Amino acid sequence: MNFNGYLRPDGKVGIRNYLAIIPTSVCASVVASNIASQIPKAVALPNQHGCCQIGADHEQTVNTLIGLGKNPNIAAVLVVGLGCEGVPIAKVAEEISKTGKTVEVVIIQESGGTLKATAEGVRKASRIAREISLLKLQEFPVSELTLAVECGGSDFTSGLASNPVVGTASDILVNAGGTSILSETTEFIGAEHILAKRAKSPEVGENIFKIINGCEQKAKLLNVDIRGGQPTPGNIQGGISSIEEKSLGCIYKAGNSPIEGVLAYGEAPQDKGLYVMDTPGQDIESITGMLAGGATMVIFTTGRGTPTGSPIAPVIKITANADTYTMMSDNIDLDASDIIEGTKSIEEVGQELFQEMLDVANGKLTKAESLGHHEFGIYKIAPTF
Amino acid sequence: MQKQAVVINKSDNVATAVANLVAGSTVSFFVGQDVQQIVLSEDIPLGHKFAIQDIANNKEVVKYGEVIGSSLNVINKGHHVHIHNIQSNRGRGDWK
Repeated sequence: MNFNGYLRPDGKVGIRNYLAIIPTSVCASVVASNIASQIPKAVALPNQHGCCQIGADHEQTVNTLIGLGKNPNIAAVLVVGLGCEGVPIAKVAEEISKTGKTVEVVIIQESGGTLKATAEGVRKASRIAREISLLKLQEFPVSELTLAVECGGSDFTSGLASNPVVGTASDILVNAGGTSILSETTEFIGAEHILAKRAKSPEVGENIFKIINGCEQKAKLLNVDIRGGQPTPGNIQGGISSIEEKSLGCIYKAGNSPIEGVLAYGEAPQDKGLYVMDTPGQDIESITGMLAGGATMVIFTTGRGTPTGSPIAPVIKITANADTYTMMSDNIDLDASDIIEGTKSIEEVGQELFQEMLDVANGKLTKAESLGHHEFGIYKIAPTF
Repeated sequence: MQKQAVVINKSDNVATAVANLVAGSTVSFFVGQDVQQIVLSEDIPLGHKFAIQDIANNKEVVKYGEVIGSSLNVINKGHHVHIHNIQSNRGRGDWK
């Protein structure tokens, strides 16, 4: 099982060939988006962060921006800074350039404002775009893929069918030597004992309990019932009654493979196999964490229907709710409702999904990509000061 | 016949409706290899749960073979099981 991808100088393999325009703060986000709009295959990562953040929250933003720049789907990077923000512009550029990729910098205060910074950025970006257009696709084994599994807008079909289908595809990839990342710590609450049993070592098991306990304690600090936030009103309307019920359905996305390790938000796996990443249950922030950790493809299950895409990776959408597929077939790539009807097995649809993953790895656009969905958000762990 | 409800694990005390089910109708489903039948006391919307055993007050509600919450009152079999009669035991910052 092979696919055609792009070899990066650090040996990693991408399935897309983007030029990322990364603003190091909210103040540089409009200029970054302006530059990206001028250049084919350029994607901006506008965000509301980068300044007046402290401690671990600041570190997490810096590490996330660096991780995204290192992502194998990114061929080269233009870092756009304002010039006075908290995120160290030069460090972000330097860390990304350790991959061997071309990295250029534009600083708005040094260029002389929006118009001059945009002009300088477009000039640099267009040169890089020509350079990366020369990269040739090469054949690689599927073990070079890193999958991110996500669920959003869950309903009863997620736990019954679409999440187990993704688990089947994830297991196929892991058994073939690839890597898969399960995230959304909130949605492990009530299912941690099941995940911990699959930990490769007692230490990994302890880390699973630790992140889930940390998440639950944070929720409790707000002195309210988590229900309503998690599960969401839509989850509840779809038949999910508690976070435990949501979690027990959620973890099927990771199949049955052993868990090799627990990653911090945006941290890259050290090896192949299945990993758990500590992220919130909010889809966009969760996906960003896994992409910063090096995932090149996202499988996203939904019950209620969601349009979510990503600026730097294909997102394959799957639902097992027949009504949702009919209503939102613009957005959803795969219909797994035959499982609920009882006419197809989870294993069968899992095989179909894996084939779809190979097609998408080979360049087939997902519906989210073909509609220009570029949802993006970075998880914050402390207030802005 | 079209599938009406699913019981995921033999130890579950709730079933999930995979069609819109109406009060008074008799619903069949598998529990492991055995077929069971229940008369529904309430309408059960698609995707929602109903009790397949009588559940006493403050008892564990089980789906996927795991605890998904506790009953807030007696839930007789055939009744809708959702946020009005079960509570989550996790993430309860409102509990002191």
